[in-house]
Amino acid sequence: MITIGILSLQGDFERHQSMISALGHETLPVKTREHLARCRGLIIPGGESTTLIKLMKKHDMWDAVIEFGKKMPVYGACAGCILAAREIVGLPQDSLKLIDIAVQRNAYGRQVDSFIDDIKIQLNGKTDSMEGVFIRAPRIVSLGKSVTPLAWHHDDVILAEEGNVLVGTFHPELTDDLRVHDYFIRKVAKTAKITG
Amino acid sequence: MQDAKAMKLKVGLAEMLKGGVIMDVTTPEQAKIAEDAGAVAVMALERIPADIRAHGGVARMSDPTVIKAIQEVVSIPVMAKCRIGHFAEAQVLQALGVDFIDESEVLTPADEEFHVNKWEFKVPFVCGCRNLGEALRRIAEGAAMIRTKGEAGSGNIVEAVRHMRAVQGGIRRLALLGDEELVTEAKNLGAPVELVRQVKELGKLPVPNFSAGGVATPADASLMMQLGAETVFVGSGIFKSDDPEKRAKAIVSATTHYTDFDLIARVSEGLGDAMPGLEISKIPEEERMAERGW
Repeated sequence: MITIGILSLQGDFERHQSMISALGHETLPVKTREHLARCRGLIIPGGESTTLIKLMKKHDMWDAVIEFGKKMPVYGACAGCILAAREIVGLPQDSLKLIDIAVQRNAYGRQVDSFIDDIKIQLNGKTDSMEGVFIRAPRIVSLGKSVTPLAWHHDDVILAEEGNVLVGTFHPELTDDLRVHDYFIRKVAKTAKITG
Repeated sequence: MQDAKAMKLKVGLAEMLKGGVIMDVTTPEQAKIAEDAGAVAVMALERIPADIRAHGGVARMSDPTVIKAIQEVVSIPVMAKCRIGHFAEAQVLQALGVDFIDESEVLTPADEEFHVNKWEFKVPFVCGCRNLGEALRRIAEGAAMIRTKGEAGSGNIVEAVRHMRAVQGGIRRLALLGDEELVTEAKNLGAPVELVRQVKELGKLPVPNFSAGGVATPADASLMMQLGAETVFVGSGIFKSDDPEKRAKAIVSATTHYTDFDLIARVSEGLGDAMPGLEISKIPEEERMAERGW
């Protein structure tokens, strides 16, 4: 059993907790640096990225998460993807710069433009379809050379990884599909083994 | 099936707002202050509840100019209010692209018998309630988020506490009932038995449960979160106070860290005066907003 931290400052952190619990692992709600130090991996959930930035900076979490993300596995979903990106297009918004992608916020429009559609996902060498839930979703507009795409909606890359960092623009935690979280836990298990 | 998918998207947005603060704003400048303070969403209004109360007359949906100006300046979700039962106002708000509609008792009700059929809309709705039965009736009509009503514009937390305790108490009570008792309980609550059964199984409402009406201080926000609110609406409490910017930030921090009392003590220092506030017994019964809707 591995302890996965879930950044619980704001957002749908409880949904991610349920996914990890369903996979038989332990979760720790992360609100402080001390909590973070006890985790082997971190999920940054969906929520409002501007709110998360303010809270992380105000309560001494910003640099800690950057340092954590340099070595340990991080999965950023939706707002978490925006936070992890190297660049936010068109907005003077700060980010953790954990993965070499540029994202555009609210790229599909407002809530009336939120949608559910079939997506194509490629994990562990297997291509499959999955339900993609997109809520005021961002779009990954460019990927660095060392970033691997893992899922697509039409031509858009919607799940990608670089080293220990995984990001997605959709919400598997709002479905019963555990594959993305399972993939992340395997990443964490691998790192935990190496670092001991 | 379509309904289930649409509901997943609606409740999904409500999930994203959890642990945050939704602030009432009346101008783009206030909206920017709210966003910069860390609000997860803003409620675009022509007048905040305390002024609606003072102003009197019929309170209606905001002028689209106000809503559009606020949508222009912030990247967080923008909500707006329609009158209870006024589905045409709701249709207009949907056309404006607001992210959430609050069918609100703060405005003058347009229909004294029926609420809006919220299933017909693509945009999600939040509705107020005073107890479990009222919450479940709104969910049956398609609400994707519930907020306890409190007494808007009062600056007094007592009604918010009463309503949150009533909802949570109602939920806890269901856990003690046998399956054979659920139909009678549903009859007493005035709510569909399927929803009553679902709440008994989940141990909570099937949609997020937020709190509104009377939050004025960081400790108020902590109180509501500890009583079971998943997010806090702050109406008049911020922009009717001495230092809105500082108070907004403090309430955001207190909502996230609602059991870290050292932190709440720290952010509560030097905020200046909170909004003056009203004693509920001094508000004439016909002016109590929580009584609107059923």
